[in-house]
Amino acid sequence: MRTRTLIRLAVLTSVAGFATASVAATAEDFKAAYEKAETADKQAAAIKDQWTTAGAELKKAKAAADAGKFDDAVKLAQDAEALANASVAQAKEQQKLWPEAVLR
Amino acid sequence: MLRKILIAAAIVAGAVQPLWAADRASDPKADFKAFRDYFTNRFPKVALDDFVNGPYSMDEGLRKQWKAIDEFPPYEFAVEKGKDMFATPFKNGKTYGECFANKGVGIRQTYPQFDTKSGQVITLDVALNQCREANGEKPFDYSKDDMAALTAYMAFTSRGKPMDIKVPDDPRALTAYTKGKEYFYTRRGQLNFSCASCHVQNPGNHIRTEVLAPALGIMNAMPIYRSAWGGMGTTSRRLRSCNSQVRATPLKAESEEYRDVEYYLSYMANGLPISGPGARP
Repeated sequence: MRTRTLIRLAVLTSVAGFATASVAATAEDFKAAYEKAETADKQAAAIKDQWTTAGAELKKAKAAADAGKFDDAVKLAQDAEALANASVAQAKEQQKLWPEAVLR
Repeated sequence: MLRKILIAAAIVAGAVQPLWAADRASDPKADFKAFRDYFTNRFPKVALDDFVNGPYSMDEGLRKQWKAIDEFPPYEFAVEKGKDMFATPFKNGKTYGECFANKGVGIRQTYPQFDTKSGQVITLDVALNQCREANGEKPFDYSKDDMAALTAYMAFTSRGKPMDIKVPDDPRALTAYTKGKEYFYTRRGQLNFSCASCHVQNPGNHIRTEVLAPALGIMNAMPIYRSAWGGMGTTSRRLRSCNSQVRATPLKAESEEYRDVEYYLSYMANGLPISGPGARP
């Protein structure tokens, strides 16, 4: 009984997931994704460790949104956020690691 | 027992912390020796003074091309332009020469300097703009041709003079030096490269078609004519270009970070001759 319930739940979750994935992104979705990416990129800028690729993805995301392609725009904004977060992580890591590279 | 363990742990932590802190503190003289030893041991066939010739000290074929190109140096027009600019009085009748020691001739090797009044590193480019502003002129763009021409002329009058950079007994100077060192060894950009990745770990190796220059003496050739640019470039232009190549957003020209790294690298080159303006592929 318990196994059957779990299987039903899994099937329902899968269907729900598929339904969610196939719903087209909206301007609001883009706005939310873009704001998150922009915040992460500004954080990278504040510690002077921005990556050019994060900025480029943000521009592409904006252009896609302007063209009404919100699925693409959300995906690009998410890519930009991932790049910006990686740059912040790099900067924090390097604050500890750079002395290891110094010639002695 | 527990108390003894805690006390022992505290003692160990206390002993370890200063060691860690000391690792980050800078001793310019010790750095200088380690830096010099690394390059001379790694490239025993390269004459010490030849490191200032960058990739040409690493690659014989490239050196032959350079010798041929240098019969009609591509930076010659910039030197001539810089000479004219340098001699032309400002609107108030004064000249660049009045802002510098020895009237600005043969002094390139003394820059960057640490200015104890402002607590900042002053590069030759910044000193030139300070001179302009003090005389009622607008500053030049640090990445453009006018600044490159002026510094090319000043470097030309200083050729052969040994780099002579001082880190004065001032904690702010040591901080600036250490920040420059940190910038040099810190990886950045999506490609995760530091300046040292190319110019310490890989001099002489190719990155695409370029032969990487050794960090030792790399500032002595500035400014440079780059065939890839089809024109002259200042130190700021070179640093911004390096940042872009590793997909890091370049900083503002002559930002504190760039001035500090120039200070660090120039100190590492103390005693090596000025070779600028240089010509690079």
